[in-house]
Amino acid sequence: MAELNSGDGGGKKGSKKVRSKKSNSKVDLTAMVDLAFLLITFFMLTTSLSKPQSMDLGLPDKEEDKTKDKPIKVDQVRTMTIIMGKDNKIKWFHGLLESPEPGGSPTDAVYGKNGIRKEILKRVTSIPQATGDKDKGMIVIIKPSKKSTYRNLVDVLDEMAICNVPTYAIVNDITPEEQKLVDEMNK
Amino acid sequence: MAKVKMSKKATSIDMTAMCDVAFLLLTFFILTATAKAPEALPVDMPSSVVQTKLPETGLVMLTVGKSDGKEKVFYGMKDRAIRSGALDYMAQKYKIDFTDEEKAQFALVDEFGVPVEGLKQLLSMKSADRVKKGVQSGIPCDSINNQLQDWIQGARKANIENGGTKELQFAIKGDSKELYPQIKKVMDILQDQKINSFNLVTGLRGKDY
Repeated sequence: MAELNSGDGGGKKGSKKVRSKKSNSKVDLTAMVDLAFLLITFFMLTTSLSKPQSMDLGLPDKEEDKTKDKPIKVDQVRTMTIIMGKDNKIKWFHGLLESPEPGGSPTDAVYGKNGIRKEILKRVTSIPQATGDKDKGMIVIIKPSKKSTYRNLVDVLDEMAICNVPTYAIVNDITPEEQKLVDEMNK
Repeated sequence: MAKVKMSKKATSIDMTAMCDVAFLLLTFFILTATAKAPEALPVDMPSSVVQTKLPETGLVMLTVGKSDGKEKVFYGMKDRAIRSGALDYMAQKYKIDFTDEEKAQFALVDEFGVPVEGLKQLLSMKSADRVKKGVQSGIPCDSINNQLQDWIQGARKANIENGGTKELQFAIKGDSKELYPQIKKVMDILQDQKINSFNLVTGLRGKDY
Protein backbone atom coordinates (compact mmCIF):
# COMPACT_ATOMS: atom_id res chain seq x y z
CA MET A 1 0.00 0.00 0.00
CA ALA A 2 2.73 2.31 0.93
CA GLU A 3 4.16 1.86 -2.52
CA LEU A 4 0.85 2.69 -4.10
CA ASN A 5 0.58 5.77 -1.99
CA SER A 6 3.90 6.97 -2.99
CA GLY A 7 2.92 6.22 -6.55
CA ASP A 8 -0.22 8.24 -6.12
CA GLY A 9 1.71 11.01 -4.63
CA GLY A 10 4.04 11.01 -7.58
CA GLY A 11 1.08 11.00 -9.92
CA LYS A 12 -0.45 13.90 -8.16
CA LYS A 13 2.75 15.81 -8.40
CA GLY A 14 2.99 15.11 -12.16
CA SER A 15 -0.54 16.31 -12.81
CA LYS A 16 0.38 19.68 -11.45
CA LYS A 17 0.90 22.16 -14.28
CA VAL A 18 4.55 22.61 -15.13
CA ARG A 19 5.21 26.30 -15.32
CA SER A 20 7.20 26.96 -18.43
CA LYS A 21 9.89 29.51 -17.86
CA LYS A 22 8.71 32.86 -19.20
CA SER A 23 11.26 33.96 -21.72
CA ASN A 24 12.02 37.62 -22.13
CA SER A 25 9.75 39.02 -24.85
CA LYS A 26 12.09 41.92 -25.64
CA VAL A 27 14.70 41.32 -28.28
CA ASP A 28 17.76 43.48 -28.46
CA LEU A 29 17.25 45.53 -31.60
CA THR A 30 20.47 47.51 -31.47
CA ALA A 31 22.29 45.46 -34.06
CA MET A 32 19.28 45.46 -36.35
CA VAL A 33 18.95 49.25 -36.18
CA ASP A 34 22.65 49.62 -36.82
CA LEU A 35 22.38 47.53 -39.93
CA ALA A 36 19.28 49.34 -41.14
CA PHE A 37 20.91 52.74 -40.81
CA LEU A 38 24.04 51.54 -42.53
CA LEU A 39 21.98 50.40 -45.49
CA ILE A 40 19.98 53.65 -45.52
CA THR A 41 23.19 55.65 -45.65
CA PHE A 42 24.46 53.51 -48.49
CA PHE A 43 21.30 53.86 -50.57
CA MET A 44 20.98 57.57 -49.89
CA LEU A 45 24.51 58.28 -51.04
CA THR A 46 24.45 56.05 -54.08
CA THR A 47 21.15 57.35 -55.44
CA SER A 48 22.09 61.01 -55.45
CA LEU A 49 25.73 60.69 -56.36
CA SER A 50 25.54 58.16 -59.16
CA LYS A 51 24.00 60.58 -61.62
CA PRO A 52 26.74 61.72 -63.95
CA GLN A 53 27.59 65.36 -64.42
CA SER A 54 27.49 66.94 -67.79
CA MET A 55 29.16 69.88 -69.38
CA ASP A 56 27.27 71.89 -71.95
CA LEU A 57 29.16 72.60 -75.09
CA GLY A 58 27.92 74.73 -77.94
CA LEU A 59 29.76 74.78 -81.21
CA PRO A 60 29.28 77.23 -84.05
CA ASP A 61 27.42 76.19 -87.16
CA LYS A 62 29.55 74.26 -89.54
CA GLU A 63 29.71 75.95 -92.89
CA GLU A 64 29.93 73.41 -95.66
CA ASP A 65 30.98 75.92 -98.25
CA LYS A 66 34.44 77.09 -97.27
CA THR A 67 34.28 80.15 -99.52
CA LYS A 68 31.39 81.50 -97.48
CA ASP A 69 33.47 81.35 -94.37
CA LYS A 70 34.19 84.87 -93.34
CA PRO A 71 37.27 85.28 -91.24
CA ILE A 72 36.23 86.89 -88.00
CA LYS A 73 38.53 89.66 -87.01
CA VAL A 74 39.10 90.06 -83.32
CA ASP A 75 41.32 92.34 -81.38
CA GLN A 76 44.64 90.62 -80.80
CA VAL A 77 44.87 92.14 -77.33
CA ARG A 78 41.88 90.10 -76.30
CA THR A 79 42.88 86.71 -77.61
CA MET A 80 44.78 84.04 -75.83
CA THR A 81 45.53 80.86 -77.70
CA ILE A 82 45.97 77.56 -75.93
CA ILE A 83 47.47 74.68 -77.86
CA MET A 84 47.27 71.22 -76.39
CA GLY A 85 49.93 68.68 -77.27
CA LYS A 86 50.55 65.10 -76.38
CA ASP A 87 51.47 63.80 -72.92
CA ASN A 88 49.40 66.51 -71.21
CA LYS A 89 51.64 69.27 -72.50
CA ILE A 90 50.26 72.69 -73.16
CA LYS A 91 51.48 75.86 -74.80
CA TRP A 92 49.85 79.25 -74.76
CA PHE A 93 50.42 82.69 -76.14
CA HIS A 94 48.66 86.00 -75.86
CA GLY A 95 47.95 87.99 -78.97
CA LEU A 96 49.40 87.06 -82.33
CA LEU A 97 52.03 84.39 -82.63
CA GLU A 98 54.27 86.67 -84.72
CA SER A 99 53.90 89.64 -82.42
CA PRO A 100 52.72 88.50 -79.00
CA GLU A 101 51.52 90.91 -76.38
CA PRO A 102 54.01 91.85 -73.66
CA GLY A 103 54.60 88.83 -71.45
CA GLY A 104 52.56 86.67 -73.74
CA SER A 105 55.09 84.92 -75.91
CA PRO A 106 54.58 81.15 -76.42
CA THR A 107 55.18 79.45 -73.09
CA ASP A 108 54.87 75.92 -71.82
CA ALA A 109 52.42 75.31 -69.02
CA VAL A 110 50.76 72.52 -67.12
CA TYR A 111 47.12 71.87 -66.37
CA GLY A 112 45.60 72.83 -63.10
CA LYS A 113 45.62 75.38 -60.37
CA ASN A 114 49.26 76.41 -60.53
CA GLY A 115 49.65 76.11 -64.26
CA ILE A 116 47.50 77.54 -66.98
CA ARG A 117 44.85 78.84 -64.59
CA LYS A 118 47.14 81.52 -63.17
CA GLU A 119 47.74 82.90 -66.63
CA ILE A 120 44.07 82.83 -67.55
CA LEU A 121 42.94 84.44 -64.32
CA LYS A 122 45.52 87.17 -64.70
CA ARG A 123 44.25 88.03 -68.15
CA VAL A 124 40.57 87.64 -67.41
CA THR A 125 40.83 90.74 -65.22
CA SER A 126 43.55 92.63 -67.10
CA ILE A 127 42.03 92.45 -70.59
CA PRO A 128 38.77 94.35 -69.90
CA GLN A 129 40.88 97.00 -68.22
CA ALA A 130 43.16 97.22 -71.23
CA THR A 131 40.29 97.49 -73.70
CA GLY A 132 38.42 99.84 -71.44
CA ASP A 133 35.13 98.12 -72.16
CA LYS A 134 33.56 95.61 -69.81
CA ASP A 135 31.90 93.76 -72.65
CA LYS A 136 35.15 93.34 -74.54
CA GLY A 137 36.56 90.64 -72.36
CA MET A 138 38.98 87.88 -72.98
CA ILE A 139 38.69 85.47 -75.87
CA VAL A 140 40.34 82.10 -75.51
CA ILE A 141 41.04 80.05 -78.59
CA ILE A 142 41.42 76.39 -77.77
CA LYS A 143 43.41 74.43 -80.30
CA PRO A 144 43.61 70.73 -79.58
CA SER A 145 46.31 69.09 -81.64
CA LYS A 146 45.92 65.60 -83.05
CA LYS A 147 47.85 64.02 -80.22
CA SER A 148 45.89 65.60 -77.40
CA THR A 149 43.38 63.56 -75.47
CA TYR A 150 39.76 64.06 -74.58
CA ARG A 151 40.77 64.63 -70.98
CA ASN A 152 42.90 67.59 -72.08
CA LEU A 153 39.94 69.12 -73.86
CA VAL A 154 37.65 68.69 -70.87
CA ASP A 155 40.33 70.07 -68.56
CA VAL A 156 40.72 73.21 -70.64
CA LEU A 157 36.96 73.66 -70.93
CA ASP A 158 36.80 73.22 -67.20
CA GLU A 159 39.36 76.00 -66.73
CA MET A 160 37.13 78.22 -68.83
CA ALA A 161 34.26 77.52 -66.47
CA ILE A 162 36.39 78.05 -63.37
CA CYS A 163 37.91 81.30 -64.59
CA ASN A 164 34.62 82.65 -66.02
CA VAL A 165 36.13 83.30 -69.41
CA PRO A 166 33.40 85.16 -71.31
CA THR A 167 34.22 83.87 -74.79
CA TYR A 168 36.02 80.78 -75.88
CA ALA A 169 36.06 78.65 -78.98
CA ILE A 170 37.46 75.34 -80.05
CA VAL A 171 39.31 75.85 -83.29
CA ASN A 172 40.51 72.90 -85.27
CA ASP A 173 42.77 74.37 -87.90
CA ILE A 174 46.31 74.79 -86.78
CA THR A 175 48.45 77.13 -88.88
CA PRO A 176 51.89 75.98 -90.07
CA GLU A 177 53.56 78.30 -87.56
CA GLU A 178 51.50 76.87 -84.77
CA GLN A 179 52.23 73.37 -86.02
CA LYS A 180 55.88 74.15 -85.41
CA LEU A 181 55.06 74.84 -81.80
CA VAL A 182 53.14 71.57 -81.61
CA ASP A 183 56.05 69.65 -83.08
CA GLU A 184 58.40 71.29 -80.63
CA MET A 185 56.11 70.33 -77.79
CA ASN A 186 55.62 66.75 -78.94
CA LYS A 187 59.31 66.13 -79.38
CA MET B 1 17.96 54.86 9.58
CA ALA B 2 17.04 52.79 6.63
CA LYS B 3 18.98 53.43 3.50
CA VAL B 4 16.88 54.81 0.62
CA LYS B 5 17.30 52.41 -2.22
CA MET B 6 17.87 54.15 -5.52
CA SER B 7 15.67 52.72 -8.21
CA LYS B 8 17.94 51.32 -10.83
CA LYS B 9 17.12 52.68 -14.30
CA ALA B 10 17.00 50.29 -17.18
CA THR B 11 19.99 50.77 -19.45
CA SER B 12 18.33 49.43 -22.56
CA ILE B 13 15.83 51.64 -24.34
CA ASP B 14 13.01 50.51 -26.53
CA MET B 15 14.28 50.40 -30.08
CA THR B 16 11.14 49.14 -31.76
CA ALA B 17 9.99 52.49 -33.09
CA MET B 18 13.44 53.44 -34.25
CA CYS B 19 13.78 50.15 -36.03
CA ASP B 20 10.42 50.67 -37.70
CA VAL B 21 11.42 54.08 -39.01
CA ALA B 22 14.80 52.87 -40.16
CA PHE B 23 13.33 50.04 -42.16
CA LEU B 24 10.63 52.23 -43.62
CA LEU B 25 13.29 54.61 -44.92
CA LEU B 26 15.39 51.72 -46.11
CA THR B 27 12.49 50.32 -48.11
CA PHE B 28 11.85 53.73 -49.63
CA PHE B 29 15.45 54.18 -50.73
CA ILE B 30 15.73 50.67 -52.10
CA LEU B 31 12.57 51.12 -54.16
CA THR B 32 13.49 54.54 -55.51
CA ALA B 33 17.07 53.60 -56.35
CA THR B 34 17.55 52.81 -59.98
CA ALA B 35 19.60 49.74 -60.58
CA LYS B 36 22.71 50.52 -62.53
CA ALA B 37 22.73 48.47 -65.67
CA PRO B 38 26.06 46.93 -66.63
CA GLU B 39 27.77 49.11 -69.16
CA ALA B 40 28.36 47.66 -72.56
CA LEU B 41 31.44 49.78 -73.01
CA PRO B 42 33.00 50.86 -69.76
CA VAL B 43 34.74 54.20 -70.02
CA ASP B 44 36.80 56.25 -67.65
CA MET B 45 35.23 59.69 -67.80
CA PRO B 46 37.34 62.79 -67.32
CA SER B 47 36.35 64.85 -64.31
CA SER B 48 35.24 68.45 -64.16
CA VAL B 49 33.87 70.90 -61.63
CA VAL B 50 30.54 71.48 -63.35
CA GLN B 51 27.51 70.59 -61.30
CA THR B 52 24.90 70.25 -64.04
CA LYS B 53 23.25 66.87 -63.97
CA LEU B 54 22.47 64.95 -67.08
CA PRO B 55 18.76 64.88 -68.02
CA GLU B 56 16.95 61.59 -67.49
CA THR B 57 14.78 61.70 -70.57
CA GLY B 58 15.06 62.95 -74.09
CA LEU B 59 18.69 62.02 -74.24
CA VAL B 60 20.86 60.07 -76.60
CA MET B 61 24.20 58.93 -75.28
CA LEU B 62 27.16 58.37 -77.58
CA THR B 63 29.89 56.46 -75.81
CA VAL B 64 33.34 56.69 -77.31
CA GLY B 65 35.90 54.35 -75.90
CA LYS B 66 38.47 51.75 -76.55
CA SER B 67 38.18 48.05 -75.94
CA ASP B 68 40.19 45.13 -77.30
CA GLY B 69 42.57 47.73 -78.71
CA LYS B 70 39.97 49.15 -81.05
CA GLU B 71 38.17 52.46 -81.05
CA LYS B 72 34.47 51.91 -80.65
CA VAL B 73 31.35 54.00 -80.58
CA PHE B 74 28.30 52.79 -78.68
CA TYR B 75 24.85 54.22 -78.95
CA GLY B 76 22.15 54.44 -76.31
CA MET B 77 18.73 56.04 -76.18
CA LYS B 78 17.08 56.81 -72.86
CA ASP B 79 13.42 56.72 -73.91
CA ARG B 80 11.83 53.44 -74.92
CA ALA B 81 9.46 55.02 -77.42
CA ILE B 82 12.38 56.59 -79.23
CA ARG B 83 14.24 53.29 -79.19
CA SER B 84 11.50 51.48 -81.07
CA GLY B 85 10.96 54.41 -83.41
CA ALA B 86 14.63 54.52 -84.30
CA LEU B 87 14.68 50.75 -84.84
CA ASP B 88 11.78 51.02 -87.29
CA TYR B 89 13.66 53.71 -89.18
CA MET B 90 16.80 51.57 -89.38
CA ALA B 91 14.83 48.47 -90.38
CA GLN B 92 13.28 50.37 -93.21
CA LYS B 93 16.53 51.92 -94.33
CA TYR B 94 18.64 48.76 -94.21
CA LYS B 95 15.79 46.43 -95.26
CA ILE B 96 15.96 44.18 -92.24
CA ASP B 97 12.78 42.77 -90.79
CA PHE B 98 12.58 42.57 -87.05
CA THR B 99 9.97 40.40 -85.40
CA ASP B 100 7.73 41.87 -82.71
CA GLU B 101 9.67 39.89 -80.14
CA GLU B 102 12.94 41.39 -81.29
CA LYS B 103 11.43 44.85 -81.23
CA ALA B 104 10.29 44.30 -77.67
CA GLN B 105 13.77 43.07 -76.77
CA PHE B 106 15.36 46.10 -78.38
CA ALA B 107 13.22 48.47 -76.33
CA LEU B 108 14.98 47.11 -73.26
CA VAL B 109 18.49 47.62 -74.56
CA ASP B 110 20.12 50.60 -72.88
CA GLU B 111 23.18 50.75 -75.00
CA PHE B 112 24.55 48.74 -77.86
CA GLY B 113 27.42 48.77 -80.27
CA VAL B 114 26.85 46.47 -83.21
CA PRO B 115 26.22 47.15 -86.87
CA VAL B 116 22.52 46.94 -87.70
CA GLU B 117 23.17 43.70 -89.58
CA GLY B 118 24.33 42.08 -86.36
CA LEU B 119 21.53 43.44 -84.24
CA LYS B 120 19.33 40.34 -84.65
CA GLN B 121 22.08 38.17 -83.29
CA LEU B 122 22.68 40.51 -80.38
CA LEU B 123 19.00 40.56 -79.48
CA SER B 124 18.85 36.78 -79.41
CA MET B 125 21.55 36.71 -76.73
CA LYS B 126 20.97 36.88 -73.03
CA SER B 127 21.63 40.32 -71.59
CA ALA B 128 24.44 38.97 -69.47
CA ASP B 129 26.20 37.64 -72.56
CA ARG B 130 25.87 40.90 -74.44
CA VAL B 131 28.31 42.77 -72.24
CA LYS B 132 31.00 40.12 -72.60
CA LYS B 133 34.23 41.14 -74.21
CA GLY B 134 34.44 40.99 -77.97
CA VAL B 135 30.70 40.58 -78.55
CA GLN B 136 29.98 44.13 -79.59
CA SER B 137 32.27 45.60 -82.17
CA GLY B 138 31.01 49.18 -82.19
CA ILE B 139 28.75 51.05 -84.56
CA PRO B 140 30.29 51.75 -87.96
CA CYS B 141 30.77 55.48 -88.33
CA ASP B 142 33.18 55.94 -91.20
CA SER B 143 32.36 57.72 -94.42
CA ILE B 144 31.49 54.54 -96.35
CA ASN B 145 29.16 53.04 -93.81
CA ASN B 146 27.90 55.71 -91.48
CA GLN B 147 25.28 53.90 -89.46
CA LEU B 148 25.79 56.15 -86.48
CA GLN B 149 24.44 59.05 -88.46
CA ASP B 150 21.38 57.00 -89.44
CA TRP B 151 20.74 56.04 -85.84
CA ILE B 152 20.90 59.69 -84.82
CA GLN B 153 18.54 60.63 -87.58
CA GLY B 154 16.19 57.79 -86.66
CA ALA B 155 16.10 58.88 -83.04
CA ARG B 156 15.36 62.48 -83.95
CA LYS B 157 12.59 61.41 -86.33
CA ALA B 158 11.11 59.17 -83.65
CA ASN B 159 11.22 62.05 -81.21
CA ILE B 160 9.21 64.25 -83.53
CA GLU B 161 6.74 61.48 -84.37
CA ASN B 162 6.16 60.89 -80.68
CA GLY B 163 5.14 64.49 -80.36
CA GLY B 164 8.27 65.47 -78.53
CA THR B 165 8.18 69.20 -78.07
CA LYS B 166 11.73 69.35 -76.88
CA GLU B 167 14.65 68.77 -79.17
CA LEU B 168 16.46 65.53 -78.46
CA GLN B 169 19.63 66.12 -76.51
CA PHE B 170 22.89 64.42 -77.29
CA ALA B 171 25.59 63.57 -74.84
CA ILE B 172 29.08 62.37 -75.59
CA LYS B 173 30.64 60.12 -73.03
CA GLY B 174 34.24 59.75 -73.93
CA ASP B 175 37.11 57.91 -72.37
CA SER B 176 39.62 60.35 -70.95
CA LYS B 177 42.50 58.69 -72.78
CA GLU B 178 40.74 58.90 -76.11
CA LEU B 179 42.62 61.00 -78.64
CA TYR B 180 40.95 64.21 -79.72
CA PRO B 181 40.46 63.31 -83.42
CA GLN B 182 38.27 60.38 -82.39
CA ILE B 183 35.99 62.64 -80.37
CA LYS B 184 36.11 65.18 -83.17
CA LYS B 185 34.79 62.56 -85.56
CA VAL B 186 31.72 61.98 -83.42
CA MET B 187 31.21 65.71 -82.96
CA ASP B 188 31.45 66.14 -86.73
CA ILE B 189 28.76 63.52 -87.29
CA LEU B 190 26.50 65.43 -84.92
CA GLN B 191 27.37 68.74 -86.51
CA ASP B 192 26.64 67.37 -89.96
CA GLN B 193 23.06 67.13 -88.79
CA LYS B 194 23.12 70.64 -87.42
CA ILE B 195 23.34 69.52 -83.84
CA ASN B 196 25.66 72.17 -82.54
CA SER B 197 24.99 71.93 -78.87
CA PHE B 198 25.59 68.83 -76.85
CA ASN B 199 26.68 67.62 -73.47
CA LEU B 200 29.98 66.15 -72.46
CA VAL B 201 29.53 63.63 -69.69
CA THR B 202 32.07 64.06 -66.94
CA GLY B 203 32.72 62.82 -63.46
CA LEU B 204 32.89 64.98 -60.39
CA ARG B 205 36.12 66.61 -59.36
CA GLY B 206 37.14 67.67 -55.88
CA LYS B 207 36.34 71.23 -54.81
CA ASP B 208 39.93 72.40 -54.40
CA TYR B 209 41.01 71.52 -57.89
